Amino acid sequence: MLTENQIWQYLEEVTDPEIPVLTVVDMGVVRQVEVSAEGATVQITPTYSGCPAMNEIEQNIRQKLKEEGLEKVKVETVLSPPWTTDWMTEKGKEKLRAYGIAPPEGSSADKSVLFGKPKSVQCPNCGSKKTELVSQFGSTACKALYKCTSCLEPFDYFKCI
Amino acid sequence: MEYTLRLGDNALILGQRLGEWCGHGPVLEQDIALSNVALDHLGQARMLMQYAAELKGEGYTEDKMAFFRDITEYHNCLLVELKNGDWGKTIARQFLFDTFNYFFYTGLLQSKDERLQAIAQKAIKEITYHAQWSAEWLIRLGDGTEESHKRVQKAIDALWEWTGELFEMDEVDEKMCEAGIGVDLAGVKQQWHEKTAEILEIATLKKPEDGWMQKGGKQGEHTEYLGYMLAEMQHLPRMHPEASW
Repeated sequence: MLTENQIWQYLEEVTDPEIPVLTVVDMGVVRQVEVSAEGATVQITPTYSGCPAMNEIEQNIRQKLKEEGLEKVKVETVLSPPWTTDWMTEKGKEKLRAYGIAPPEGSSADKSVLFGKPKSVQCPNCGSKKTELVSQFGSTACKALYKCTSCLEPFDYFKCI
Repeated sequence: MEYTLRLGDNALILGQRLGEWCGHGPVLEQDIALSNVALDHLGQARMLMQYAAELKGEGYTEDKMAFFRDITEYHNCLLVELKNGDWGKTIARQFLFDTFNYFFYTGLLQSKDERLQAIAQKAIKEITYHAQWSAEWLIRLGDGTEESHKRVQKAIDALWEWTGELFEMDEVDEKMCEAGIGVDLAGVKQQWHEKTAEILEIATLKKPEDGWMQKGGKQGEHTEYLGYMLAEMQHLPRMHPEASW
């Protein structure tokens, strides 16, 4: 039988299907791991309620643990407390930046998002703060589209919620 | 169950309607934006319908709720089933509904029903984002060109009679409200009027007077538009109930 720590380590190898540089642990999607006589239970939480990657994440977790010899795995989805970008690990944020996606800025408790000004986002390519919002919605539910006015590159920004 | 299902119906029908824009948006970014908003609505609909199906029991599932109920069993408000129209009309409807949804789900955060509260906690983040987006677009169109101003004002005027139903309290609403589970729509109505007045003014648009209002969606009396939408949405699972991929 695997221990909870071992399972966490294996989960560090399960990547997000839409942002393959991040693991499900980096994303903060895995909430809890429990091992009992009946097997293991992994609790995950969706980033966005309509996130189409959730089913695949569940399957990938199951698959990975099966490969490691754990047959009885229950993957549960929990909604509360809701996922926020604050749960993304620092390591995860660095990986995002290196991959060309600007990581979420600041804390999700900042409510300037509602009828407020968009915050300044740093360009992941050249590091300039001179960037502008192109669209609040990007290539996936969790991203917005920005443009850098210094290096002129467009880039994805991982929305802060 | 009925209360949860109504919320699920609102989310599902609006999500499905907005999905029609996918591939037809005026520019790529806004095509993607509406598809994203649609996806959020569908995600919320799933959470609500899973819960409604559990409450109903009898082997119900979220899919059975979505695909095997007929038009009279759908209890969404009429506003969300109306045709998309032009970009101005879609934005106007989204603004009117998002603003309602924002205050409604803010109220639902206090629900004594733990599951509804959890769903509200999840959904409010997305709804807040939607409300900001559609308000910004309303301002852009209203305070834009002569043509965009004219079209979006016409849309607001035409849609106004469909907004009264959002705040109608029927027996189900009253009961849920008394139990501390549901939201008092009178409070939402006031907040909605204040916020829409504020945004419409910035958008240089005229706020219509409340007049005669359409209703009946919550009781299963719908416009003809919903029938066509359900036919398209449901035909595959009804022809091939075991289909999967």
